[in-house]
Amino acid sequence: MEKQLAVKDLRVRYETADGVVEALNGVSLSLEKGKSLGLVGETGAGKTTLAKSIMRLIHTPPGNILAGEILFEGQNLLALPIEKMREVRGNEISMVFQDPMTALNPVMPVGQQIAEVIAVHEKVSKVEAMEKAGEMLEMVGLEARRAGEYPHQFSGGMKQRVVIAIALACNPKLLIADEPTTALDVTIQAQVLDMMLNLRKQLGTSLLLITHDLGVVAQNCDEVAIIYAGEIVEHGELREIFHDFRHPYTEGLFGSIPSLTQKADRLNPIKGLMPDPSDLPAGCKFHPRCKYAKAVCGNAIPGTYDVGGGHTVQCHRYGSKEYESEG
Amino acid sequence: MPETPILQVRNLKKYFTTPRGPLHAVDDVNFSIAKGETLGVVGESGCGKSTLGRAVLRLHEPTAGEVLFEGRDVLHLDKNEMKRLKEDMQIIFQDPFASLNPRMTVSQAIAFPLLIQRKVDKRDKTALAARVNELMDMVGLARRLANTYPHELDGGRRQRIGIARALSLNPKFIVCDEPVSALDMSIQAQILNLMQDLQRDLGLTYMFITHDLSVVKHLSNSIAVMYLGQMVEHCPSDTLFERPLHPYTQALLSAIPVPDPDYAMDRIILKGELTSPINPEPGCRFARRCPHATPACAQADIPLAEQEPGHFVACIRAKELAAGKAPA
Repeated sequence: MEKQLAVKDLRVRYETADGVVEALNGVSLSLEKGKSLGLVGETGAGKTTLAKSIMRLIHTPPGNILAGEILFEGQNLLALPIEKMREVRGNEISMVFQDPMTALNPVMPVGQQIAEVIAVHEKVSKVEAMEKAGEMLEMVGLEARRAGEYPHQFSGGMKQRVVIAIALACNPKLLIADEPTTALDVTIQAQVLDMMLNLRKQLGTSLLLITHDLGVVAQNCDEVAIIYAGEIVEHGELREIFHDFRHPYTEGLFGSIPSLTQKADRLNPIKGLMPDPSDLPAGCKFHPRCKYAKAVCGNAIPGTYDVGGGHTVQCHRYGSKEYESEG
Repeated sequence: MPETPILQVRNLKKYFTTPRGPLHAVDDVNFSIAKGETLGVVGESGCGKSTLGRAVLRLHEPTAGEVLFEGRDVLHLDKNEMKRLKEDMQIIFQDPFASLNPRMTVSQAIAFPLLIQRKVDKRDKTALAARVNELMDMVGLARRLANTYPHELDGGRRQRIGIARALSLNPKFIVCDEPVSALDMSIQAQILNLMQDLQRDLGLTYMFITHDLSVVKHLSNSIAVMYLGQMVEHCPSDTLFERPLHPYTQALLSAIPVPDPDYAMDRIILKGELTSPINPEPGCRFARRCPHATPACAQADIPLAEQEPGHFVACIRAKELAAGKAPA
């Protein structure tokens, strides 16, 4: 299969007055055409930084992309001049942000906000752009006659539909959705996810879905990547990860969610807290919270090991000789 | 003879005045909670679950109804009696970022309820520090954090301060208003375990308000589902998940994304969104979105009725639905 997106050894840091925040520490992942990848992690893991890096939306300063490549259909986005990047953004790759309340311009009718994207990227007249905007509204399940209304006249779920209409207006090849349904109620979340799935089937869009909700991933993605402290600690096909997770952090995440189908008296959370990204531990970033940690885990950054079928784990337990010899 | 419930709520109403008419935030709600148990209250934003929790504590003065705490009528207590009662009835708020005074250190925040209720003489610094330390140990806050300010701490630790404050007066009953919603998964699990341990050790009774059904299933003995200010279903926790009878509950349960790729989601996708709670029309408030609605549903208000022993449902077609006879 053709790789739509390949991120290679991406390193991003924010240099602030309070210190250097190491947001991404050598992230590599790839996404095939038409597929969907779920990126799962907790607050501060670097999920949004990764999305913004792909869109080249990291502000410098304080942000700084130190190293790495982001290949989109073979082209390194990080090497593109800014005018070229503008042609990609919103046209070939677009992004849906978490909070529809702040992603929309409150003083511009929603139809105009959709038409704006079309007018920028396609050679069309204003009238044609507005017509297409109306079609987009219908595609996401809103009435075209509401194009002249302002964001405050819509509910949260409807606003997120508008944001999705903007993102899909130019029929992008890749959609990055950063917690698209986190701010929504569960019945509305189901509506929006259903709609996204149908649209993707129609348009063949690839999806990078950023979320902290393993349930959303299970129902919407083909592959999963788990991110912790700016590193992809585990990556594989959906069923591989859900039925045969290997990394201790992934194990902890699954132990933390109360089950709807099984009865458990207590949850098995991960002890401790997320590390401070301006003061990351040496070696494996997870070792201070890990129940399997040995001396080597605090000394050396683990390699990435393939445990079969493209399922990779960044952990000393899966191939480090030092770990085994410690007994 | 079973013990009298620690909390009984009868026909509780809370209407807010708005320019467009009265907003029925809580409309004729009845329930009770047995001592040492947890009632989970679930529903989506705007269904009135937080208002219900606050009305029980009179943080919002109810419009009508009765709240009995250990048999005492809470709504008719005067200011002093109410202040004394608040030792027994406490609340943990949703957002640990907004509910703590940013200018108070951790120890000051925890000591504050003790000083207000004169549990400790404020000149007796040693006794006060001892009690604060004891509370910090109880909720798992390291003592070295006593002199830090909330902005220096993460969400999980801030929520532990909120819990310590609620526990400081040795309450019997705590309203927990979305206490873990703002927290990351791994931290959420730590706090849920803590709250379970405290309930067991101190014999607490919880009213646990949340939109997260998996959390509520994990913690609750019984669950009440709210929709637009009304309680639409109320039953033991396991029953609700095995045999939901109200069409709204069924849709709500089917919409939860299950973290299992092989789980066949049989979603009931609801049309539309919540209607307005301002001046609601008579009849079932869910009827407009309900796949089983009939013209009769809009005729008159539908009370919560016992369909099966201990299983209360507010739906005129509940019997048919329970028998599996209702066509969509």
